[in-house]
Amino acid sequence: MSQNKNNSQTNIQLDFISESKLAQMAPMEKIRMVLDEVRSGKIIVLERGLAPDEEAKLIEMTMTEITPDEFSGIEIESYPTEQNTSFLRKILGKTTTKTRLTVIGPADHLKTIKKDRDMITAIVTK
Amino acid sequence: MVINLFSWVKRLFKKKKAKIGIYGPPNAGKTTLANRIVRDWSGDAMGPVSHIPHETRRARRREDVIIEANGTTVMLDIIDTPGLATKIDFHGFMACGMEEEEAKRRAKEATEGVIEAVKWLEDLDGVILVMDATEDPFTQVNVTVIGNMEARNLPLVIAANKIDMQKASPARIRGAFPQHPTVPISALEGINTDQLYKEIAKRFG
Ligand SMILES: Nc1nc2c(ncn2[C@@H]2O[C@H](COP(=O)(O)OP(=O)(O)OP(=O)(O)O)[C@@H](O)[C@H]2O)c(=O)[nH]1
Ligand SMILES: [Mg+2]
Repeated sequence: MSQNKNNSQTNIQLDFISESKLAQMAPMEKIRMVLDEVRSGKIIVLERGLAPDEEAKLIEMTMTEITPDEFSGIEIESYPTEQNTSFLRKILGKTTTKTRLTVIGPADHLKTIKKDRDMITAIVTK
Repeated sequence: MVINLFSWVKRLFKKKKAKIGIYGPPNAGKTTLANRIVRDWSGDAMGPVSHIPHETRRARRREDVIIEANGTTVMLDIIDTPGLATKIDFHGFMACGMEEEEAKRRAKEATEGVIEAVKWLEDLDGVILVMDATEDPFTQVNVTVIGNMEARNLPLVIAANKIDMQKASPARIRGAFPQHPTVPISALEGINTDQLYKEIAKRFG
């Protein structure tokens, strides 16, 4: 997680990660990747977000890595999940939770201004 | 006969005993609500409350709290959890008037508290999600807690807290998470808690 000084002084890198790439990764791989990227100052956008248990794990891992004056945590924003409750699924008592677009960045560089069911407004600061 | 009746009663409770976590962001009023529930139904208190966030840094469990509402009796283990957050900066505690050392210690304990709260999630039968109704409900903490309960098909009741305050908007919370029951309350003043107990008996029974 060495900081790319040259890069981080003037620019902030954004990485957009597709659903298919995420689908190939194991939960811990995803979480490690997210934390490594965010800790090196990048902001990442996940097309389909993380599963709820992966989000919980990410929060947990973030907490273990917080260090005074170095890393104060992450800003993570996603839309509320959507539930797939088709007629058949209702009969079977099954609902699937659909996760949605998620933005994650270092807490000191990414600030959410406003969030809605279907709209996220954030600013990136140096 | 006596033994039969005894085991019947035990079975009745056993079926309905549930481990319920009180979750939410720091300062939402979780401990205030836990204290009220426990005081209303077992005459005790749960833990200290503070306007400084991350006051609760260890989960606390109160066992066998019996709640009766709507003719239903539920026996609950109530777990008051530390406020969930994705970031903790010790400078925030210094702004609340703490010395640097104390602020850093509180921040460290707060991170451990969050981990404890997350770990408890896997071991629950239901959640009361407390939100400060004067604040924006669309936070990651809320989304993550709700997502985890939905993924496991477990019941969730949202307590839209602090409705004694002018700015409170329980309707905004309801609009954000329409698939879950939302009860507007003031844990501090005890407003509408009867409604919350009815919902608890209905969902966790
Ligand atoms: N006005 C108002 N204030 C409340 C209410 N409930 C709690 N508070 C206040 O909100 C602050 C935080 O309350 P706590 O119960 O400590 O909150 P918590 O969610 O347990 O916070 P952490 O343990 O730090 O995560 C305290 O100053 C309470 O007095 C309410 O219904 N109305
Ligand atoms: Mg508390």
